Amino acid sequence: MTTQETIVSNLADVPRSNGGGVETFVLNVGPQHPATHGVLRVKMTMDGEYVLRAEPVCGYIHRMHEKMGENRTYAQFLPNTSRIDYLSAMTYTHAWAGVVERAAKIQPPPRAEYVRVITSELNRISSHLVWWGAFLLDLGGFTPLLYAFDDREMILDLLERITGARLTYCYYRIGGLYNDVDEEFIEGTRKFVHHMRPRLKMYRELVTENIIFRKRLIDIGPISQEMCRKYGATGPVIRGSGIPYDVRKAEPYSAYPEFDFEIPHFREGDSMARYLVRMEEMAQSLRIIEQALDKLPSGPVMAEKVPRVLKLPAGDYCYAVEAARGRFMVRIVSDNKEIAYRAKLRTPCLSNLSLFEEASQGMLLPDALALMGSLDLVIPDIDR
Amino acid sequence: MRNAVKEVVSGFYSLIVGMRVTIGQFFKPIVTVQYPHETLKIAPRFRGHIELVLDPATGKPKCFACKLCERACPSDCITVEGAKLEGAKKRSVTAYHLDFTKCSLCGSCVEACRDGAIRFSRDYNLAGWSKEDFIMDLFKRLELEAQAASPEKVDGRAVPGLIAAQDAAHQDKTKTDLK
Repeated sequence: MTTQETIVSNLADVPRSNGGGVETFVLNVGPQHPATHGVLRVKMTMDGEYVLRAEPVCGYIHRMHEKMGENRTYAQFLPNTSRIDYLSAMTYTHAWAGVVERAAKIQPPPRAEYVRVITSELNRISSHLVWWGAFLLDLGGFTPLLYAFDDREMILDLLERITGARLTYCYYRIGGLYNDVDEEFIEGTRKFVHHMRPRLKMYRELVTENIIFRKRLIDIGPISQEMCRKYGATGPVIRGSGIPYDVRKAEPYSAYPEFDFEIPHFREGDSMARYLVRMEEMAQSLRIIEQALDKLPSGPVMAEKVPRVLKLPAGDYCYAVEAARGRFMVRIVSDNKEIAYRAKLRTPCLSNLSLFEEASQGMLLPDALALMGSLDLVIPDIDR
Repeated sequence: MRNAVKEVVSGFYSLIVGMRVTIGQFFKPIVTVQYPHETLKIAPRFRGHIELVLDPATGKPKCFACKLCERACPSDCITVEGAKLEGAKKRSVTAYHLDFTKCSLCGSCVEACRDGAIRFSRDYNLAGWSKEDFIMDLFKRLELEAQAASPEKVDGRAVPGLIAAQDAAHQDKTKTDLK
């Protein structure tokens, strides 16, 4: 079986050499399936073990987040942002706080910006750790999940200490932060950075170099640069195809221009490349955290003039951040009221999922699921 | 042929390296906590459901029903009613309902409160049998707690025992040893 270039809409069009004309059946993966990590349904037309067509069906956890952004004040929407992609809640809150700050011309104090970077990067590591564990669970390895959650627990404890929550942090406020960080958090984060480096090496020994694992991923699910561009894929997916696109470098925001870090990217475009991008990103996040801790300025964490009743001047505002899964962008259209006229949330997972239909064509079912795992989908983020 | 042999050897070696990591774990400390026999300490900024705070001077709730929390709440789960009692300078709260089924624990209400009249409770064992269990009357909850506690002296000053009891509970609700 070879990978086809175009999407098959009619099975009669499938050439015989590619499995056309023989008996096919429809296999429903999900909406309640462990491999989809949530309520995503994939309607797969199968020819034996081969996928002829995989059609994702979204909407099972649609909660009208965009509409909710249009019927409550800007500050009231902040808790929602943690619930779009619950695994990287910090970065999503950052985008919402960022767009409102940009529109209202509020400048958060430098300490707040630094703490935002530290917590966002911690959150990115914890998100990648969940992906790492769950991805290997998809591939049939259970133990890595436990190692990943052991390390993730340290991050959650640190973040719980300063935010009061373990998953839906809602830590950033329009103009700054909910609370300042304390000495114990800073010490704990330093300790975590020292703890995590040898752990990443251990992960490499345990999983990345494992021959069974490599055979499962190398050359499986290639995604070309054209396909990435066509579907608007971002994050580790596009970086795994060799395009070093990262919002932190492309449209620098917050305090990111002040740090020295690299954008890991691999040219292969297969599932292994996407895996390696994420593993390398964790190391880069540790670098950013270390630099931010060294340079952490003192001072207030909340801007001085944040009006209690916040009205954004009429206009159209955008703010993009690099979330753990790619580019997350908020666009607000304001008509000078307390409530946004239009709130558009551009989430990375929807674009990353949409290329699955094309990329998975002609693959074996277990390989298609490995490809889906390497896209790192969070379903509430797709449906939002 | 040569490459195939090389791959088999290196592949086998990679499995042994992985095994070494796994065996190494046998000699590392255990990180799991045997809940419910052991519990961890709750984080100081733990965001639980809200509760009313008593004023140590009067023994009444600090809240004077300004309804700022009600307005700040994104999910409309707070209903506050207040009345001006005879001889009192300020209004005082007469009913404080929290619909915990809607609450997303964002903490906007605590932030909106200017007088520190509400705070996060440290209850976390909140399982219940019916939906009604989660429609909380915080004012009544406080009164019931007050009845249960008897007055006692703290720092040489007679304060309702509840404040001491409530504070103690607030400080450390984690020391419930179920062994």
